[in-house]
Amino acid sequence: MLFRQFSAFAAAGAITAALAGPAMAQTYIRGTDGDPETLDQHKTSTVTEANLLRDLYEGLVVYDEKAQIIPGVAESWDISEDGLTYTFNLRDDATWSNGDPVTAEDFVYSLKRIQDPATAAKYASILYPIKNAEAINAGEAEIDTLGVRAVDERTLEITLEQPTPYFVELLQHQTALPVHPASVEEYGADFVQPENMVSNGAYTLESFVPNDKIVLTRSDSFREADQVSIERIEFTPFEDRATCVRRFEAGEVHSCSDVPGEQIPRLRETLGEQLRIAPYLGVYYYGINTKREHLSDPKVRQALSMVIDREFLADEIWSGTMVPAYSWVPPGIGNYTEDAPQLDYAETSMLDREDQAIALMEEAGYGPDNPLQIEISYNTSENHKNTATAIADMWATLGVETTFNVRDASAHYAMLRDDKVHDVARAGWIGDYSDPQNFLFLNESHNTGFNYGNYENPEYDALMDKAAAETDLAARADILAEAEAVFLRDLPQIPLLFYSSRSLVSDKLQGWEDNIQNAHATRWMSIAE
Amino acid sequence: MTDRTALSLDQEAPARPSRSLWATAFLRLKRNTLAMISLAVLIFYILAGIIGPEITNHHYAEVYPEFVKVPASLEGYPKSDEIPALAESALARARLDLGQITVDGGTIRVEASSSREIDPRVTRYLDRSDLFANSRIAETSADGQSVVMEADVERLHFYFGTDANGRDLLARTLISVRVSLMIGALATSVALLIGVLYGATAGFVGGRVDNFMMRVVDVLYSLPFIFFVILLVVFFGRNVVLMFIAVGAVEWLDMARIVRGQTLSLKNREFVQAAEALGVRSAGILRRHIIPNTLGPVIIYMTLLIPKVILLESFLSFLGLGVQEPLTSLGVLISEGAKNMRGDAYMLFFPAATLTLLLFALNFLGDGLRDALDPKDR
Amino acid sequence: MLSYALKRLLGAVPTLFFIITAAFFLMRVAPGGPFDQERTLEPSVMANLNATFGLDRPLHEQYLMYLGNLARGDMGPSFVYRDFKVHELLGSGLPVSIQLGLSALLLAFIVGATLGCVAALRQNSWVDYLVISVATFGITVPNFVVAPVLALIFAVWLDLLPAGGWQNWSPEHMLLPVVTLALPQVAVVARLIRGAMIEALRSDHVRTARAYGLPTRRIVIYHALRAASLPAVTYLGPAAAALLTGSIVVEQIFGIPGIGRYFVQGALNRDYTLVMGTVIIVAVFVVLFNLLVDLAYAALDPRVCYD
Repeated sequence: MLFRQFSAFAAAGAITAALAGPAMAQTYIRGTDGDPETLDQHKTSTVTEANLLRDLYEGLVVYDEKAQIIPGVAESWDISEDGLTYTFNLRDDATWSNGDPVTAEDFVYSLKRIQDPATAAKYASILYPIKNAEAINAGEAEIDTLGVRAVDERTLEITLEQPTPYFVELLQHQTALPVHPASVEEYGADFVQPENMVSNGAYTLESFVPNDKIVLTRSDSFREADQVSIERIEFTPFEDRATCVRRFEAGEVHSCSDVPGEQIPRLRETLGEQLRIAPYLGVYYYGINTKREHLSDPKVRQALSMVIDREFLADEIWSGTMVPAYSWVPPGIGNYTEDAPQLDYAETSMLDREDQAIALMEEAGYGPDNPLQIEISYNTSENHKNTATAIADMWATLGVETTFNVRDASAHYAMLRDDKVHDVARAGWIGDYSDPQNFLFLNESHNTGFNYGNYENPEYDALMDKAAAETDLAARADILAEAEAVFLRDLPQIPLLFYSSRSLVSDKLQGWEDNIQNAHATRWMSIAE
Repeated sequence: MTDRTALSLDQEAPARPSRSLWATAFLRLKRNTLAMISLAVLIFYILAGIIGPEITNHHYAEVYPEFVKVPASLEGYPKSDEIPALAESALARARLDLGQITVDGGTIRVEASSSREIDPRVTRYLDRSDLFANSRIAETSADGQSVVMEADVERLHFYFGTDANGRDLLARTLISVRVSLMIGALATSVALLIGVLYGATAGFVGGRVDNFMMRVVDVLYSLPFIFFVILLVVFFGRNVVLMFIAVGAVEWLDMARIVRGQTLSLKNREFVQAAEALGVRSAGILRRHIIPNTLGPVIIYMTLLIPKVILLESFLSFLGLGVQEPLTSLGVLISEGAKNMRGDAYMLFFPAATLTLLLFALNFLGDGLRDALDPKDR
Repeated sequence: MLSYALKRLLGAVPTLFFIITAAFFLMRVAPGGPFDQERTLEPSVMANLNATFGLDRPLHEQYLMYLGNLARGDMGPSFVYRDFKVHELLGSGLPVSIQLGLSALLLAFIVGATLGCVAALRQNSWVDYLVISVATFGITVPNFVVAPVLALIFAVWLDLLPAGGWQNWSPEHMLLPVVTLALPQVAVVARLIRGAMIEALRSDHVRTARAYGLPTRRIVIYHALRAASLPAVTYLGPAAAALLTGSIVVEQIFGIPGIGRYFVQGALNRDYTLVMGTVIIVAVFVVLFNLLVDLAYAALDPRVCYD
């Protein structure tokens, strides 16, 4: 026990001491997937940043502990008849951490800032539904033409390009969070530094040491400060997921945002309820390059999809942390129909599927004498590798000869975006908001950035346009379902699995509710003594 | 291995005529038990790498979906008491009501019934599984709603267990020995080729050229080479051949220095001067007299370079930049094993033990050779 | 001696220039850019980003700009850590890496030298074989295996040390990473010292000292070790470079905010400026260490003299 003695002399805040000493009892050591690229809400794009910014700032609307939209800075809002104008009434007790009131003008400033080409915001596109946003971001219109207006200090009016039923949901995204205009004007890009940052959320930024930790402390000026239990948060980045698990088991962190798949069976036994696996709004799929001659026949694509034993992938390769996917849009999504379309062989036994698939391949002219040759491209990762290996083995039933091409993530996605020289490429999509449009738009022919199937079907595009113009939610859901059915018929991308979020949550940490957005604001949590 | 220790070594080496040096060296090596054991181990590895993958009972890329991550065992899979359960799971997708399952030696009998007529193809569920072969319908009831199936049970042996995809780790370890040794040999050969040519030329030509060539080596020494290797691998894909060439291109510097030092001292020896006097051209002298006489230290250096390269490869594997599937290397296997060590320690143990033994052998052989070739140590 | 050092440092300038140039163009040849992630960006967004970072200009112009900024001591902004400049990232990581590296080097030399001496004094006995076998074991097991095993034993099972994290000069946070880093170096140093020591013990001046009846300990420490440490000192340069490689693994597994991780992260994310910055820092260190080694060599060995 020699080293325990050292820790008594070591500077205050030693993690072991932090968890043991009563004075620091309310410090939440929170493991994350990695460092944020930035704490500037207008430049962010990652999930880690979303969790940090959710604690630092409060948007017009926020997620509660179950990821349901509840009022944030806006206490109420009205939507015009045509679905184009949103009027938000702001609270009068919302304040910045320096005491300034949060005003409608602050939101106007912020929404303009993200579309300003000079900001170079990665995720500006998510707010393109706002009138003129896309043109402004492309430098084709003046910033002042943005459809955002402060009617008075407490009333904000946002005008949209076209009706967008999920618009309020978009406003909880970190890109819609306000910045403190005076600080941005004064410090420029440095307004995110701990000494400069003025925020309006439950916490304020104390320090940020890359690769080490980011410390947040409870903000006294937050309007519901008395209901925030945890006083201090240390966001600790873990590039190596196994490290977080070890530190969790050693009692050094309260939660891990991800768990390595190979440890799941063991952790299920040893940690029980502390291992949380919950449905997540995401799909794991293989894009099939329909522009490739040998893959242009839908029969071939269906055959390839049929013989994939998704249960095996989910249970054995992903240790039960994924769900077999027979449709493109994940279940549990908002604004969709009850009986969403799915691949018609979802319930068929593997044997029948194999026979059907072999027949389809023969029709398309492939068989043992004329084997189909496919290269699977994926980005470096143990799980992607194991998945590809398993699928190659399943395709071998069809006489398909499979080779692999592994690139690191940057090269893989650059290839998918620009060159599209793949046969079959692994990709995944995590929804930004709970709406089927956020998944189905990936296959629109003009969406070259994501259309990894090189899918070009006017029928599909027309249905997507029709849905966009429809204001009645039920009718819109039917049109979107029709589009998905067309997609599943042509199958330019093969859905394999739906994601689950996998977290470790200490039983000392209370208020962590599993939810489909995997959004967990610290203000809803507390630490038991 | 450093340049300076190498230098001190090559200044000593040519103290005796080469033939008797080699003869005595071999005699001395034979007296060094540890080195001889190492040599035997190394030969065993080379044979295992060449022949092993061809004679194992499983192909290294063959997937056994029923046996994902089964631990190492001398007993065959499935274990007797597991056979009924495995038959059940193989038939689970057939959606039948299973009756009694009996195992009798090498055959299994399964009684099954269903509310519908049973498709005779149903036996394929059993056949599909790698455990059962030659499955057939032994009896069918009149209404076709219940059957008795029989199948031969095939026992599979996974002496090292299987990996996350259900591939035999023994076969994979053997192929990885082949790949890792190949990586080591190839990279070392590239280093050898460049280093010997460069060093011999610099030492033999001498003067300004020598000065300049050694300056270049000094400059290259300051490059953070491991970083360049990572960059090369990241940029040019996981092409195995390219990777070796990159590694070899990194590691030739020491070799060049050793050979140059050796050449400098050889240049003034009588037999070289004699050859010059006889009008043999420079290239001929280099080839016939200089290079063969530098072989001693070069061989020692090689035995130490190979483990270095193998470790470098395993480091790249840790970063996820290793050899491509379905091939594998010791580094890739160990890095997979390290991830699984909490639940499935055998996945780490066997490849790691294989690597450790190999590196031990190479290191001790290198030491033995050094002692044997160093004339001072007698 | 001083003029020699200065000459060497001046000589390093073209070396650095060559390294910077090679690294710059190598990075750009790589497929993909800093903004290619799982989430493809809208073309207009991409154009804004490229314009902000000057990536839309011709390559030679970017190169000249980079050199110009570098000459003014500006390594540019990081592409991936958008709130930081490269020199800020390296400035916060370097002290940590140095602490880690120096401690590991020190440990490796102390333990390695002790083991080497013990083995040499009992040459060819079982003690010798044991020491050398144990030392060799250190080289044969990759550090990405050693690190998690140590963390598992000492943090998770025995609960004696933290499993990760970092505090400056906190022994309990440093112990496991330093041991992991030092282990392979211990092996090399022990073997080097053993070899040199055996040679030194046979040398004439040690024999003379023995003949005079000086105590063994005195002979070993004052006469033999001094001569035997030469090859070990020579090894300092390569060891420093090897530590940098090792630290990439150790930093990742123990969650230490050093600079090793920046290189790998930077290379994988195509964070051009961050990779350049790391490469430059490492190159400078290698140059400095090699110089230091040569100077130490001169100090230890009276036959060597630089003018």
